[in-house]
Amino acid sequence: MTIRRIPTGPGLGRRRMLQGAGLSAFALGSPTLLSACGTESQKQTADSCKSTDKSDEEKVLVFSNWPEYIDIRGGRMPTLEQFETESGIDVTYDTDINDNLDFFAKVKDQLGSCEPIGRDIIVMTDSTAGRMIALGWMQELDKSNLPNVEANLIDSLRTPSWDSERKYSVPWQAGLTGIAYNADVTGEVTSFEEMLTRSDLKGKVGLLTEMEDTMAFMLVLEGADPEDFTDDEWQSAIARLEEVVGSGQVRRFTGNDYIRDLKSGNLAACMAWSGDIAAAEDERIPFVQPEEGLNIWSDNMMVPNRAEHKTNAEMLMDYYYDPVVAATLAAWVWYICPVEGAREEMERIDPSLVDNNLIFPSEEFLATTRDFMVLDEKTRQQYESDFRQASGG
Amino acid sequence: MAHVVPTDVPDTGPPAPEQQRRGLAGYLLLTPGSLWLALFFLVPTVTLVATSLYDPAGSLELGYEMTGHIQNYPDAIADFWPQIQRSLVYALIATVVCIVLGYPLAYAIAFKAGRFKTILLVAVIAPFFTSFLVRTLAWQYLLGDTEWFVSFLRWLPFTGADLQLINTPFAVVAGLSYNFLPFFVLPLYASLEKMDHRLLEAASDLYASPARGFLKVTLPLSMPGVVAGTLLTFIPAAGDYINAELLGSPNTRMVGNEIQDLFYAGDYPTASALSVALMVTIVVMVAVYVWRAGTDELV
Repeated sequence: MTIRRIPTGPGLGRRRMLQGAGLSAFALGSPTLLSACGTESQKQTADSCKSTDKSDEEKVLVFSNWPEYIDIRGGRMPTLEQFETESGIDVTYDTDINDNLDFFAKVKDQLGSCEPIGRDIIVMTDSTAGRMIALGWMQELDKSNLPNVEANLIDSLRTPSWDSERKYSVPWQAGLTGIAYNADVTGEVTSFEEMLTRSDLKGKVGLLTEMEDTMAFMLVLEGADPEDFTDDEWQSAIARLEEVVGSGQVRRFTGNDYIRDLKSGNLAACMAWSGDIAAAEDERIPFVQPEEGLNIWSDNMMVPNRAEHKTNAEMLMDYYYDPVVAATLAAWVWYICPVEGAREEMERIDPSLVDNNLIFPSEEFLATTRDFMVLDEKTRQQYESDFRQASGG
Repeated sequence: MAHVVPTDVPDTGPPAPEQQRRGLAGYLLLTPGSLWLALFFLVPTVTLVATSLYDPAGSLELGYEMTGHIQNYPDAIADFWPQIQRSLVYALIATVVCIVLGYPLAYAIAFKAGRFKTILLVAVIAPFFTSFLVRTLAWQYLLGDTEWFVSFLRWLPFTGADLQLINTPFAVVAGLSYNFLPFFVLPLYASLEKMDHRLLEAASDLYASPARGFLKVTLPLSMPGVVAGTLLTFIPAAGDYINAELLGSPNTRMVGNEIQDLFYAGDYPTASALSVALMVTIVVMVAVYVWRAGTDELV
């Protein structure tokens, strides 16, 4: 250990200090002055933002994911630990992603100016993932490091509109948005429309803060196709939402926390994500496929710009596309498993889950689910604002 | 509210060494605070005001252009007028509740608590041992539809069987009042505590009834505490969004919630305009209040 001696200059006089203060005021002032001229585009390209890969020297990896999204037994994470043993890579696993927009807001300044965010893998849902890729904030993946992904990724997730060749993203899990209700508090709820109109549910209904999830259903109610709708249809869906919120039918807009209110009975019925309800294993709370159909989405692993362990990250992505590992994970998180061959492995782990459409959906079942239209950055901002304002009452 | 004014020496010839040292010490003492203010208040405020004047047609992809788009203000205020009103009304009710609950409490602690004074003061501060967020989450359970408190109220003859507390304006205002009550009690206690009791004795010697003594002596002398307490309650309550987020419904959202959502949605110009409008509104209201209350030697 070396202790560096800090050179001591001439004494700090008053004049000198004032000069110093003036300089620092100037330094502080310059970003302020710059902000008076507007801000640059936050878009990056592979040329404007270069990343170095230190995977060869540093066997570490920082992985940020959503809560309750990995197998945990007795405080340990078996699949992740096995990866660490096999690869010799030390993984820091964080569950600091709770909401797409929230996380986007947290990292946008760094990524927009090509600064590192201290994470090698982040997991974002389709639209946010697409937005980050369109802004040039993610590193292109090296497919030669991802043989399992190439071989085993299920067909329905191979060509999303926002990353049509899966150059920047690899699905972690996928899931469905439908509705759930608490049978202790109310009778069966079979459709989204019923949930928004039935008088006995007044003030006991929850919708989701994720714009795509809630608005896909509102668009269907207005007779529009969420995968391809016009601005007029959007406006009428927003007007319908305003009306529903104004009528007092909706108690709250929620993220993952709906599960708590649903269990306690504060919410009688709400929009819900398939895996949450399945994992709650509470027979009072069934997950319902509403008459309006289900939304499908996927959460995607990506490597942000300036992350220094891309190869390590690709090793982890590929590891989770081994069918045995994927089945182990699926048996824990109960979301749609994106890995071909995991279903066969599940026969040995937990045969009762093999025919579960929420984990291994059949082709026919998937054909009935829907996606959300891809929006450009400007339209997205406008629609997010519309949605937020309509949900504000 | 008090500003430390540097006692600089007027430049009349060469200053005596001792005076020079004192002047330098003043500057040195001011430096950390000034730098802190410049870095964490001045710069962000200027940036905020600048952002509120950006062209709202900008986006992260295109960047934001400074066009001096003053129209952001009327737009933001028109769009969010109900939430602005609601924030001010909720904050006002919460402040009144704090006065009604807090004044007797502070009075009792200062004058009547005897040897329990310290324990009572600790009890007032005790909630701060737990985080603001956790305490507000606890209210979610306390006021929940299926919890004992609501069940009990529903059982009472004069309430309906549909009574709901959580996710109503009542819950939001109750949460605000609860969370900011200590900020009202503590400054009020401090100003009551230092009151000279002989003044009250003098009042009763002059045949003032206890009530009259309170109105003519105690209350006026405690006004600085009341003003400080109401400011510390009203200002944070008007800008608060946690209580409305956790205890409210879509129809009880406050300005803070809207600013957060606009920020998340990426509409930075409108979000900034709304923030600045809220700041200005509160500063004006507070200035008028302090001026009307006439407590210049407030703190």
